[in-house]
Amino acid sequence: MASATPRLLSFLFTPLRLTYPIHAIRTSHRSRTLSFLSFNLRRPNGRLRTVSSFASNGTNGMERMGQKDEERYDVIVVGGGHAGCEAALASARLGARTLLLTLNLDRIAWQPCNPAVGGPAKSQLVHEVDALGGEIGKMADRCYLQKRVLNLSKGPAVRALRAQTDKREYAMEMKKVVESNSNLFIREAMVTEVLIGKNDNIQGVRTFFGMDFFAPSVVLTTGTFMSGKIWVGRASMPAGRAGESASLGLTENLQSLGFETDRLKTGTPARVDCRSVDFSGLEPQYGDEEVSWFSFDPECHIEREQMCCYLTRTTSETHKLIRDNLNETPTYGGWVDAKGPRYCPSIEDKIVRFRDKESHQIFLEPEGRTVPELYVQGFSTGLPERLQLALLRTLPGLENCVMLRPAYAVEYDFLPAYQCSRSLMTKKIEGLFFSGQINGTTGYEEAAAQGIISGINAARHSEGKPVIVLERESSYIGTLIDDLVTKDLREPYRMLTSRSEHRLLLRADNADSRLTPLGREIGLIDDRRWDLYQSKQLRIKEEKERLKNVRVSGGEFAAEVATVSGQPVRDHTTLESILKKPHVQYKLLDKHGFGNENLSKCEKDCVEIDIKYAGFIMRQQSHLQQIVNQEHKRLPEDLDYYSMTTLSHESREKLSKVRPQTIGQASRIGGVSPADITALLIWVESNRRKANQRTQQELLRSGATDNHMAASSPTDSVVQATAI
Amino acid sequence: MASSLIRLLLPWRQPKPHHLFPFSLNPTKTSFLFHLRRCQASTSSPKRLILTQDERSKGSLSTEREAIVGSGTIAAIVTSLGGGPAAVGIVRISGPTAVAVAGQVFRPVKRWKEEGGCVAWRPKSHFVEYGYVLDNDGNVIDEVLAVPMLAPRSYTREDVVELQCHGNDVCLHRVLRACLEAGATLAEPGEFTLRAFLNGRLDLSQAENIARLISAKSAAAADSALAGIQGGFSSLVKSLKIQCIELLTELEARLDFEDELPPLCLPSLIDKISVMQHDLQDALDTANYDKLLQSGLQIAIIGRPNVGKSSLLNAWSKSERAIVTEIAGTTRDLVEANVSIHGIPATLLDTAGIRETDDIVEKIGVKRSEAAALAADVIIMAISAVDGWSERDAKLIEHIVTSQKSANQAMAAPIIAPMILVINKDDCKPKDLLVSFEEICSGLFKKVVRTCALTGAGISELEKAVLEVRGLEPIPSAGRKWTVNQRQFEQLLRAQEAFFRLHTSIEEQLPMDFWTIDLREAALALGQISGDDISEEVLTSIFSKFCIGK
Repeated sequence: MASATPRLLSFLFTPLRLTYPIHAIRTSHRSRTLSFLSFNLRRPNGRLRTVSSFASNGTNGMERMGQKDEERYDVIVVGGGHAGCEAALASARLGARTLLLTLNLDRIAWQPCNPAVGGPAKSQLVHEVDALGGEIGKMADRCYLQKRVLNLSKGPAVRALRAQTDKREYAMEMKKVVESNSNLFIREAMVTEVLIGKNDNIQGVRTFFGMDFFAPSVVLTTGTFMSGKIWVGRASMPAGRAGESASLGLTENLQSLGFETDRLKTGTPARVDCRSVDFSGLEPQYGDEEVSWFSFDPECHIEREQMCCYLTRTTSETHKLIRDNLNETPTYGGWVDAKGPRYCPSIEDKIVRFRDKESHQIFLEPEGRTVPELYVQGFSTGLPERLQLALLRTLPGLENCVMLRPAYAVEYDFLPAYQCSRSLMTKKIEGLFFSGQINGTTGYEEAAAQGIISGINAARHSEGKPVIVLERESSYIGTLIDDLVTKDLREPYRMLTSRSEHRLLLRADNADSRLTPLGREIGLIDDRRWDLYQSKQLRIKEEKERLKNVRVSGGEFAAEVATVSGQPVRDHTTLESILKKPHVQYKLLDKHGFGNENLSKCEKDCVEIDIKYAGFIMRQQSHLQQIVNQEHKRLPEDLDYYSMTTLSHESREKLSKVRPQTIGQASRIGGVSPADITALLIWVESNRRKANQRTQQELLRSGATDNHMAASSPTDSVVQATAI
Repeated sequence: MASSLIRLLLPWRQPKPHHLFPFSLNPTKTSFLFHLRRCQASTSSPKRLILTQDERSKGSLSTEREAIVGSGTIAAIVTSLGGGPAAVGIVRISGPTAVAVAGQVFRPVKRWKEEGGCVAWRPKSHFVEYGYVLDNDGNVIDEVLAVPMLAPRSYTREDVVELQCHGNDVCLHRVLRACLEAGATLAEPGEFTLRAFLNGRLDLSQAENIARLISAKSAAAADSALAGIQGGFSSLVKSLKIQCIELLTELEARLDFEDELPPLCLPSLIDKISVMQHDLQDALDTANYDKLLQSGLQIAIIGRPNVGKSSLLNAWSKSERAIVTEIAGTTRDLVEANVSIHGIPATLLDTAGIRETDDIVEKIGVKRSEAAALAADVIIMAISAVDGWSERDAKLIEHIVTSQKSANQAMAAPIIAPMILVINKDDCKPKDLLVSFEEICSGLFKKVVRTCALTGAGISELEKAVLEVRGLEPIPSAGRKWTVNQRQFEQLLRAQEAFFRLHTSIEEQLPMDFWTIDLREAALALGQISGDDISEEVLTSIFSKFCIGK
């Protein structure tokens, strides 16, 4: 819709390849608007394979040539957490020469808080990442200690798988995967600076010890490390996590480039030695007997022995101890303003805010098969260490417990994500991507989801391909990113099912049919996975056909259907309409020999969901279609919102800050009213037309002056008109 | 050279309104590519937009999808309202489903006879058809001419159907309501023009006018918030929305934090839902709007014989509906006359003067008068300025009030229609008496108006008084207040539909998550004016209400 529309359109109507040589001759450096073409020019031979091959082509780092402390890559990923690993793997798998820089090689894919993957909404993210060809689902399937499906009876869209994972094993397995990719290089380093080129494009990063690494795409996944500071009681020290140094200097560097930074706070509870806990009086929580899987790849579906979690509760002593020492906690003692996230309140918060509740549930979760640590879920606290043990010992079963690690809070810098577009590339610096906690999220799943998108886009960007955007309506990943880039964060962002308006369409069971074709197109789904996927879809389709055509009359089956559903079964009813009846599951078909043995359990689930909820799904889909039509109108990036007098002052401010990419995004920004949106539509449309008129006139004029060229070669004049 | 120039210009010679292009949800190869191109063209940095493409549901939906493209179908009365009866009024429907909507409410006479009206209406563009508009139950509302103007040859460049109805406000509102019930949404002020502009139908110079109109919409939104005073409609909608959010909170908290919360008490939740559904139904039933549209305001003129009730009716309706003589008790039966009070239809009921009488006919008349007073929305008590306030007047009014109370006792909330005291024959009153009795009866009457039926003086004050006591402010221009009411009505209607579906979901024992879909839609419908963010509201509510956090 921008003024550039007709110009670029003319490009598209012209065979692109013809334009390369002309560009090469006329302009060596061009503006950012044409950057997607210039990439092909900078490296006409495609990807770099070696350092030397660039050295012979490169011009940018000429003055530094020959020095040893310089390395060149296609993509650099800073940070080796869940976002970093996912980004680095995606990028490397797409063929980009990728460097992963991390502060500590032994902490790759560490789970510093609860060693668990999945849960409501988060599990959808994991399935989606897996459907795109990511790693987190496979990891969780490989390293689980316990698995449970939550919300089993509450509907197919909110059914959620959660796995307790083995913290050590997870990190080690992920490290193996990362190390085994030949395109992926790993190095310990603390990045203190990003290197910027002339056109506000990223060139690389500089480390604390003075190394420069170069790449046209850089992904920052700094987690809680940027100017991290941990707190136990009143005592604090700079650290990214307990026992690990913070990353200093990068925040200031980003600020000097004009980025806005802010601070967030989160925390983790204490760990106790499981050998000191008396489990005899505690309520055990077992895993599911029939294990479900995150990954769509059956190769990862290897069952293992499950461990047990336990449930205990706070007692009146717990509550008394906390109330007596409230002034020792950061929030109520008044030395920390920042409140923690609402979905993860400290135990003191719970007790103060919900006075009437006599007891709160506390979960004891193992952190691994080989470590004695137990995670005390629901027991975050800001109390000083000397009180923490006493507090833990008020819990039944923990009377004699030994504390291995104290609970602590961590404060860190993040960059409000309105500074990113939905590709996760920053709006300011071309080629710089942010992912994970740096964008204000929390959770391994949220990090991985952003990681894979930024990894894909970093690789594509380095190759000169257009970046990928997942629409809000397409996936939880899309919803997550859309929320991040439009909403004001007051707490670390956690994915919740209530954040997804169209969750009935964004289920775990159809994550593959939604996203695997895209993953294939991008290049992350190999032939084996693709064949598996296609044959699965075929089986489901055929089974649905079969159910539509097979009819049954009377008999035991019909009788049981009638009792289960409370509805009569007519003669010659199709299996399809039987499956539509309340409480009738595919299992019942199996039981009476009407099932299809060739289908796996999850394929049967797919069939059941598709048939049972067809009406609802269809209604949601047409509803979504309407929204898509309304909201996907694009907004030019260079709009001057301040000059739009028909907008309210508040929305002018908000819009200029967030710079939404679509009308839908604009409407989701707080403070922008529906009337503002209409005014915006009018403004954009009238500007588009004005611009159209102008370019039309310009072209007429330039066409007249260059008529000799136009006569000889029409493509030439197009190029010229667009290159002005 | 000329040919090359043409080639250059061609791409924008026929400017496609590109944002209106229907996105295909499951893009085929070509449309996907085309889409890709457009996206690249529209921004400086190339983007690829990936929409939901669930392979499993491919194909099954294609026909349905095609029917629902673009941004909804809107309808509104496009001729002016409230300016007294005109010969013709027009309801315009515009949007992708305009023909389908019109087809639901409109029955061409010709085809109705031939085919029984069960075939979908397939109009020929720009050919006028004569027929009837039917309501939901199949009753004929009005005789109309339907003018179909199919895209792009229409004002908005969308499919447009205009229904030319009788110029009566009641007719127009009923037809509009039928359209809304058939799936159209009420047009915002200026929305037809807005669409015309966005679809490239109007030129640039007109854009600013629309922009101004739209920014005035914010003011109107503020007005509509204030309009809560009138009939308490807005506040009702708000409170219903809050209830929806509360229900959603209960449900969604369990979805996100299953093992941290006590299990849901389903029976009580279902109770709450049915209570809400009931409230919603009540709201719709008792809605001022509804009543006004169906029958208009019923205004009963009562009083002792010979105080000038019939003259008042004649003067007000500018007719000679009622016989007027000097003889007390001339009017024996109810006499009706229709008037329009600032756009709101009203029926005036002239009643027999209420007095003790032995005349059998007059007795029945008196009874009818009392009955009319009971059913009226506004009671006008007429007295003569010559006689002033008398004992008999006091008795009469007391009688009316008590009988009203007893009649309403059966109902949950006894409603007494507001009463207005009219001091007629104002021209020949003794002035000094006036002040005292105005004071006496100010408790009973909400308003006191002086009129003179002979000259027509005071009638407009009386009209204002009627609107005021019913909480209906006069419509300033083009029926904006109506828009407000209609919009709220529409919200209620959508919410009600959602609740019907919710009810079915519960009955069919669908899982809990499905309940949230319709609850959310109801909440959205009810919250539409303010355009609130439901998700955030629900979350805030969850976190404030429940102790979350493992």
